[in-house]
Amino acid sequence: MGNIFNLLTQDIRFSEALKACMNCGICTAICPAAEFYDYDPRKICDIVQRKNEEEIEALLRSDMIWACGQCLSCKTRCPRGNVPAEIILVLRKTAQELGYYNDVAKKQQHRLAETVGKNILEIGYCVHPDRVVPALHPEQGPIWEWYVKNIEEVAPKFGANYHGVGPGALRTIREETLNEIRKIYEITGGNQLMDKLLNNE
Amino acid sequence: MNKRYWNEYQKAIADDHYFYERSCIRQTFFPGSETTFLKIMKEELQKDIRDEANQHTCTGIGYHSDIVPIETTLTIVARLYSLMTEAGYTHYVPSCVTSFGIFTEMTEMWLNNPDLLEQTRENLRKATGREFELPQNIAHPSDIIYKFREELKTKMKHQLVNRFTGKPLRVVEHIGCHYAKIFPEKGIGKAEFPHVLAGMIESWGGEVIDYPERRHCCGFGFRHYLLQENRGYSIANSKKKFESMEPYEPDFIVTNCPGCSMFMDKWQYVIAEMDNKTYDKEGYGIPVLTYEEMAGLLLGYDPWQLGLQLHQVQSEILMNKIGIKFNPDEKFRGANGKILPTPDKPHFLKQ
Repeated sequence: MGNIFNLLTQDIRFSEALKACMNCGICTAICPAAEFYDYDPRKICDIVQRKNEEEIEALLRSDMIWACGQCLSCKTRCPRGNVPAEIILVLRKTAQELGYYNDVAKKQQHRLAETVGKNILEIGYCVHPDRVVPALHPEQGPIWEWYVKNIEEVAPKFGANYHGVGPGALRTIREETLNEIRKIYEITGGNQLMDKLLNNE
Repeated sequence: MNKRYWNEYQKAIADDHYFYERSCIRQTFFPGSETTFLKIMKEELQKDIRDEANQHTCTGIGYHSDIVPIETTLTIVARLYSLMTEAGYTHYVPSCVTSFGIFTEMTEMWLNNPDLLEQTRENLRKATGREFELPQNIAHPSDIIYKFREELKTKMKHQLVNRFTGKPLRVVEHIGCHYAKIFPEKGIGKAEFPHVLAGMIESWGGEVIDYPERRHCCGFGFRHYLLQENRGYSIANSKKKFESMEPYEPDFIVTNCPGCSMFMDKWQYVIAEMDNKTYDKEGYGIPVLTYEEMAGLLLGYDPWQLGLQLHQVQSEILMNKIGIKFNPDEKFRGANGKILPTPDKPHFLKQ
């Protein structure tokens, strides 16, 4: 067994994600990403279970592993109980760990760390209205722009506790809580991954 | 035969004493829906539900975007469970469908791997000094509304019936993928025949539309929506659904997932502005409601406190069909009644 395949099997999700693929292709038939991208979960299962190190390395360096939208539709249909979307999580993790992810993915993961990653560590939310800036989100439309502009006046109407203390939607998360989140990141490898992505390594 | 089939697909949903975990997306885009859920639980159903001040994100969006390692997400989930344990609760209710998937998946992993559970306990202890117990029941808020749908019906002032024709409103129900696709047995009706929203619609007088792309993803795609250059994936998936449902002329769409509610609303706006195309006949678009907004309207709650004005596709035509009275002057006022400038109007999507 080669090194990369061995690394994949060390991830706790791997043995549940890939048992034995019979290449029927039903995952590809139902997959939304396969419809809009050059992406084929059947092919991914096949490459991984062949255990060919060169092929797996090429896969880790490819665009293909970044096309999955994580809807998990593949799980509902696989007659062998495989979960291609979970295999993807393991492949992406390994590509990042080994530094094999390509330049496009590297830039994209950097931006995700800059946005969602920092949101979690700085304010305790993945998404927050202060950080969904209308100029970067034209698809959100004029009502979103109006809401963000008037949020202090309007949010209480919906029972929100915008930047307030105590419970409620959009409350400010206490510094003590944020520090616990940061400590969890430190101990469990979260910071290591964030540093890697933020430094484009 | 049919009955036996559905009996097999039921799931356990706790009766009372819930620990509520808020959703990042819903707090951002639909705070009124979470407020309404808590109001229904406390005021209509007299249930005990805790809204914890010390909670935080589950990291789900980061986890599925590959910027948070699984060990970190496991320990963050453990911290949230420690808040539940500390408060004396055992029934966990995550508001978000992504979170529902995350909590279900992490809990299953721990149940199948006692060593992993011990490792997470150690990580949490080391990072925070906290201890946690696994919940006895994890239910999505839509499960709970489904469970009590008949009781709620007795309190409703309206039905899902078109008052002009006397016919049931025609409703598209959209279930968030992570509600039942990850663990089918955790969803009412499993992944292929989810009944969680259909049950509410049918009980409350409406008619469920069965259309070809009913189970197709809305297209969130995590990294795909979050990265500007990938948003074509997201809109393309929603468009596929709109085209598939259009011939059935739905009166509205209802969803149980934060992302789906937002995307199916905003992508209709974008398609209207790009192609001057809407999927209703009059050019207003198809309103997209959360299940709490649907329940709240039927219970007679003020639509502007529910937050219907935050959708880009507006709901006045739907409210008129149901017979809901509303004050248009209140729509874009502040919480204290202050008159605010109104939002700009889209070029093509009628408001």
